[in-house]
This record gives sequence, C-alpha cells and structure tokens, in this order.
Amino acid sequence: MPKDTTISARLWAFAIWTLVGLFLINLLGLIGSVVTSSFATRWLGTWLPAGFTTRWYFSAWAEFQLDDVLTVTFQIVFAVVFLSGLIGVPVAYAMARRNFPGKQLVMILFLLPILVPPVTFGIPLATVLYKVGLGGSITGVILANLVPTVPFVILVMIPFIEQVDPRIESAARVFGANTRQVFLHVLLPILTPGVLAALLLVLVRTIAMFELTFLTAGPTSQTLVVALYYSVFAAGVRAVQSIDAMAVIYMLTTLVWLIIALRFVNPTQIVARAKREAN
Amino acid sequence: MSGATLNEERVSLRTRLAEKGIDGTTLLILPGIIFIFALFVYPFCYGLWLSFQPKVGGALANYEKFFSQPFLYNTIWTTMRLALPVTLINLLISLPIAFRVRLMRNQRLLTTLLILPITLGTVLVAEGMIFYLGPQGWFNRILLTFGLISAPLKLVNNYWGVFISLVITGFPFTFLLILSYVTGIDPSLEQAAATLGANARNRFREVFFPLLLPGLAITFCLAFVQAYSVLPSAVLVGDPANATRVISIAAYQAATEEYDYPMASAIAMIMGVTQLGVVALVLALRSLVYRGPVAAAKG
Amino acid sequence: MKSPEFNELRLDTIRREFGGFNALKGISLTIKRGEFIALLGPSGCGKTTALNCIAGLLSLSGGKIMLDDRRIDDLRPEERGFGMVFQNYALFPHMSVAKNIGFGLRMRGVAKSEIDRRVAEAVNLVRLQGQEAKLPGQLSGGQQQRVAIARAIVIEPPLVLMDEPLSNLDAKLRLEMRQEIRRIHSSLGSTTIYVTHDQEEALSLADRIVVLREGEIRQVGTPEDLYARPADVGVADFMGYRNRLAGKIVSRDGATARIDIGGGELVGLLQGSFSGDAAVVALRPEDLSTDMTGGGEAGSFGAKVTAIEYRGSEFHGLAMTDQGTELHFSSHHRHGVGERIRLRGMPERTLVFDGAKA
Repeated sequence: MPKDTTISARLWAFAIWTLVGLFLINLLGLIGSVVTSSFATRWLGTWLPAGFTTRWYFSAWAEFQLDDVLTVTFQIVFAVVFLSGLIGVPVAYAMARRNFPGKQLVMILFLLPILVPPVTFGIPLATVLYKVGLGGSITGVILANLVPTVPFVILVMIPFIEQVDPRIESAARVFGANTRQVFLHVLLPILTPGVLAALLLVLVRTIAMFELTFLTAGPTSQTLVVALYYSVFAAGVRAVQSIDAMAVIYMLTTLVWLIIALRFVNPTQIVARAKREAN
Repeated sequence: MSGATLNEERVSLRTRLAEKGIDGTTLLILPGIIFIFALFVYPFCYGLWLSFQPKVGGALANYEKFFSQPFLYNTIWTTMRLALPVTLINLLISLPIAFRVRLMRNQRLLTTLLILPITLGTVLVAEGMIFYLGPQGWFNRILLTFGLISAPLKLVNNYWGVFISLVITGFPFTFLLILSYVTGIDPSLEQAAATLGANARNRFREVFFPLLLPGLAITFCLAFVQAYSVLPSAVLVGDPANATRVISIAAYQAATEEYDYPMASAIAMIMGVTQLGVVALVLALRSLVYRGPVAAAKG
Repeated sequence: MKSPEFNELRLDTIRREFGGFNALKGISLTIKRGEFIALLGPSGCGKTTALNCIAGLLSLSGGKIMLDDRRIDDLRPEERGFGMVFQNYALFPHMSVAKNIGFGLRMRGVAKSEIDRRVAEAVNLVRLQGQEAKLPGQLSGGQQQRVAIARAIVIEPPLVLMDEPLSNLDAKLRLEMRQEIRRIHSSLGSTTIYVTHDQEEALSLADRIVVLREGEIRQVGTPEDLYARPADVGVADFMGYRNRLAGKIVSRDGATARIDIGGGELVGLLQGSFSGDAAVVALRPEDLSTDMTGGGEAGSFGAKVTAIEYRGSEFHGLAMTDQGTELHFSSHHRHGVGERIRLRGMPERTLVFDGAKA
C-alpha cells in the first residue's frame, strides 16, 4: 500500500511516534538513573552524582554473596529449562499429531497454570512442598518454576510441530528408520530451532520469575531476583548504590539471554509463524 | 488355538485404540499429565481443602473473615482498580504502535527496544522509578526546569507508582502479542478493502478490528492475569498499607507473616475465582464475535 | 448494471523500482472501453506489479496513468473506484457472502435497500443463489472465486482488474470459470485487465494480449496475431513454439527462406529485419513431423529418436539432431527409440528470426 499522505494521517503517525519516543526516553531515563547511581560516590539532590566509582560492584558482590546467588540462580534456571523441554516437547508432539477423546480437556488442563496468577497456585504449592520436605530447597524452587514453564513450552511448540509435514516422518519410516532413528535423525533437527526458541524464552521468564521463587525459596535457594527484592525491601541497611549495582548485574544477566533469544526467534511470529510458513 | 485367538484380539484392541487416536505417541502426554496433576491440580485441591480447615471456627470461617473485614475484602477492589485500567491502557497503546511497526521494513530493532523492559523485571523497574520519578529524580527536575510544573509530581509510593510500574512491565508482553496478531492478518485483505473504496479508518473498523478482536481478548486475559497478581511493585513503589494493598499482599501476609496457611489458601482461592471471573467474562464476550481464520479464506 | 463512461485508460511510460531493481521499465499502453486485455508473461515479468500500479496498491517510480483526461496515478486505491479480484480472493473471512459482496457499496454510502437489490443481482449473475448467508470458509474454491468476482463488479467499476484469479483452482473448474468470466465480461460490457502466466487462458479470454518480459512489453496484439506471428523468439517460446534451431540463411525468396541447420535444411517465413545471415528457427511440435513428403531431401533433416509417447490422436516424440539439439515432433507412426528419421517442418508455420538478436 502506498503511504497515506493526508494531513490527518501524518498527524496520527506523528502522535504515535511521539508516544513511542516518550516511552523509550523515559525508559532510558529509568535505566540510566539506576546505572548512574550504581557508579556514584554520593548522589543527593543534584543532577549528577558528586563523583564516580566502581567500588559498589565489588562491595555488592561481597555483601550479597552474588557468586553464590548467581550459581544458585543458574542451577535453577538451567534445570527448569532442561526439564520443561524434556516434559513439554513430547506432550506438544502428541498434542499436535494425535486427535484423541478428551483432547480439549487436556488442553484446558495445560492452559490453566498460565491463566491463573502464580500467587494463586503458588501458596498452596508452597504449602505442599513444605509438607513433603522440599520447601526452601533448590529442588522445590525448580519444581515450582516448572508449573508455568511446561505449559508455556507446550503452547509454543504445538503450532511449530503442526507445521512440520507428517509425511516427512512417514517417509523416514518407509525407508526403514525406527522410532528412535526417526526422532534422532528427522524430528530433532527439524524441531531444534523451535525448541531452542521456546527454551530461551523459558530461560528469560525463569530468571525474572519472582512470585513462585519468593514463595518457595529458603535462604540457600534464593535466585537473583528474590535477593534483589529483599535488598530493596530492607533498604536503609545497606548503601543504595550497592543495591543498584546488583540491579544492574541482574539486568545484564537477563539482557544477554534476551538478545540471544531474539537472534533465534522473530518475536512477532510466535502466533503467526504457522500460518505464514504454510502459505 | 486359544493363544492365537488371544493374540488376534489383542491386535484388534490395539487397532481399535489407534483408530481413536490412542497409540504410543499419544502416551507421550502422560508425563505431562502426571506433572500437572502432581504440581498444579493436587496443590490446588489441597489448598482448597485447607482453606476450609481454618485455625479457628467452622469450615467457612476463613471466607467469613475475608468478606466481613473491609481490610481484607477491599483488596479485591484495590486490585481490580489497578489491573483493569492498566491492562486496557496497555492494549490501547500497543494497538496503534503495532500498526505502525507492521508497516516498517526493519522491525527488529524497534521491537527489541520496545520489549526491553522484559529484561528489567519488576524489582529493577521499581528501583529505577524511585530514582527517576522521585522528587529529586531526573523526570521531575526536567519538568521543573522547563517550568511545566511548580512542585515535584508525586509519582511513587502511591497508586500511580504501581500503575506506571505495571504499564512499563506489562507493555512489552502486550505489544508482542498484539504485534504478532496484527502481522498475522493477510495484507491482501486490506488491499481488497482499499480497492473497494474503504479509507484507512473504514479499513480498520470493518476489516482489521473485527479480525483482531479475538486476539485482543486473549491478550487482555493474559495481560490481566499478570497485572492482577502484582506484588513486588505494589510493595516497593506503592502504598502497601492503603491505596495499593492488593490481594496478593493480603495472601502473602497471611502466609509469611501470620503463618496462617489455611487463611492464605482461602485468599489465594478468592483471588483465583475473581480473576478467572474476569477472564471468563472476556472469553464469553469473545465467543459472541467471529473467531475464525485471520488469513483470507481459501478453498 | 452498466459501467460508467470512459473512453480509454492510458499508461504512459510507467516505471516501478524496488530498491534498485527495475520491476517495470517504462510501459506504455492504451486500453479502450469494453476491451478484455490479458497481461501475459512468466513469473517475475512485472505483470502483477503493473496491475498493482493501476489499482493504486503500489505507487509509481515514474510515468503517469490517465483515465481519459484525468490523471489518476496520484489517487489512493479507494479513490480510483476500480474493481479488483485477487489471486487468493482476499475475501473477508468474518463477513457473510452477502456482506462481502455489499462491502464496496456500503463504503460508498449506498442506501440499504439499494445495496440489497444490487447484491441480489450480483449473486444471480455469478450464480450463487442460496449461499448469501454463508461465510467464505464454508464455500468451495470455485464459489469463493465467484464471490470475489461479484464483490469486484457490484460497484460497477469502470475497470475490473484480475490477478491470476484461476491459479488456485483445479483444471476442470478453471475451464468452467474461464467461460464464466468471459460471460460476465460481455454481459456487463465492462473493461477488464487480466493478469496470467497461462497462454491458453490469455488466448481464450482476451481481445488483446500484452506479453511482458523482464519489465518490458514485448508484443501487443490479438490472440490470432500472437499465435501466428510472435514478435520474437521469446514470445514465440511462450506461444508454444517449443523447438528452437540455430542456423544460417542459405537463400531467400521474398518472405520465405531456406535455412541450413547443419545436417539438413528447413524452409520458413522470415520475421522482421535481419542484420546478417544468422537465423533462429522456431517451430511447434505439431508442425514438425516425419509424415510429410515431397521435395526429396530438400527442406528436411535427419535426427535420432530418443523418446516416443502415445497421445491419443498421434504420437509425440523427442529427437536429437546431429548437432545435439533436442526437438519435439509429432508423427502418426510409433518410431522406435534410436531409430533414424527425417523431420520436415510446415514451411508456412516455420518462423525464422534474426539470429543476431536472439
């Protein structure tokens, strides 16, 4: 379609770009404030801090035992990523390939954990986990985080698997491949991009998941985001700059993974992908 | 003889099941089902049961307590008052931006920038807001310098603090979903409408909007769920004792401060019911409108 | 229903670039009211680009489009008032058949009773009675096609644009819809521009055919013109002249010439001007045969059969000349593979082009 050049169309476009601009500028200001503060020697009631230093990063690292926290965070995150792929992908495959009685019901079952706020099932789940002795442990945090991520993987993977022509698998079987060989040599290579995309999104989600981790974590199983919350919540005890340094570290850990994820998936095609490639 | 018959029967049973769509592949959903039952359905049911086992009083005591104390039942209204407008605002901002981005040839950079707040997480956004929007922050300083305001705006530690925080953290998600729905609509439909005499406004009203409506409903539900369970920002940049005492704060306090798990479970159940009520309402409205394919119809 | 009055649509050296790529390299064409014009060419020749430019879905990089004295290339598509049928039909999936057809009228603010009357008329014209309340998804491909046509013509456009409207249908339905499109065109007296890559479709439908290649017009003419006298080897190839032989002009006699193709000779009609004696001979399979006799060795050449298949009324074969050119020929005999044969062309249907230009 040629560009609409009427005055009202131009005004409308201008208004929207202004909105986008304001959003981005304020976002930049917000992130900039935290980053500036994390490098500030002292910053009270002025445009810019009195001086700059990197020492808050070292003190934050030591004070909050960030090496421990980061180790725990990534143990939890990678376990969640691996397990949600392991459970979710086969389910998505079966759901995409078979029609069986009660499929609708199963689908609703898998949808519910995404449609219900984490707090709602998080509180009873935490109670159950404490009852069976997993409360406060890394295992407990992993299990709790899996509840929304497994359905997430299923939902993202179903359309992706549906658009893979089942005749490819049939062809492999005609040529004598058994189930394991079909899976290893045919399905896995085809599905890898989709699985990778889904799992990277799970990874970003899990790093940022506050509610479930907060409810189930103990002192030794805190992830970065929960540690950050406690430090902000208990502000005043520690220098605000070292909290900011920790917040910046947190932002960078997620940012790296988000950028990696965006290299693999075009985010706009999560819903539309199947249709587009079918054409 | 009998062995052969048995074998035949077994084969036919297997075939019969396969015809209904149940075979080895279908069984792959079993681990998923077991997982959901163990970690979602069972805890949920346990929580429901627990909510009827109050520390004191009869089976319904927790619910009676919740609905008799304004301190507790007002949290539903407080949460709705935040979550509903925030979700609507995010939808209303995302829609025109998504329509702009759709026309761009290189969408990736802008999309990445717009969904950047996903990486920030609620805690960093809250921390940033305290700095940036606080009375000494850059935002108020700039407005004061340009003479747009005479005294610093109070934007944190009240209703608006949580509101802004929810818009920032909820926008990327809403935008991403809406963008993918918008780009999923066959562009030839717009061209067809144009050749038939529809101007930009009519193309949106007659073609895009009705086709987007189902997607907008889904997006609304998912974004609403996120906003409804707001917790960290309600505490950090809100007014957790009054204006932003949302329902999840009440639930957390019962669980982690009073160690009253039955009461916490009861609040969680009330939270789920009210939230699902809104979702069910939206989905019911959705089923009243068309929800078929958004590509052009094909033979 | 009648089309509004206009006398001619003029494309004046219209150009379109896509980031440095010239999709249309200055096309000029005049279309008269009531004509059925086919834009014919292989994919990527610019025919759909040309149609989208006329519809206003693409802006021009240069040139102008005139409707009589009115310049229309700066108008937006909704201001041009042309009817368009899309390749994938582009029916609105959320509207009933009647709503789809009435869309253009609603956009024009036509009164409700008038819309109902004209939609009913259009439904009759495309023979969709009884389907008005269905959604497009409930219709077959052919029915969807009819809705798309009805939706485009119900607004009584001065010009109907069709972008490969039959390419998504199966062979039988395609034939049926071809006749339908022609019938609707004549009963409305409208002007139609029809884009296709199928020469048979163009030949059977159009009053005039415009052959496009690489963004340029190669030939404009009636179907008979194009079929009998293609302007160059490229157009000939598109018109079913599948055999192409390089050779040298030995002698001329008015418009006819004898061409030495190595291992024998062919007699054919000279096309256009020649800069030397290099020639390219184009021949249809049905005009190259083993059956014709007379003239002894003259006007024929030897080849070896490489394949033969039965086509009902005759045999269709592949043969290799001694120079290694593969040729399609027809015959009433089942030749064996490997057999030496002598092939002879029908001189009045053998076209000789300048070899230096081809």
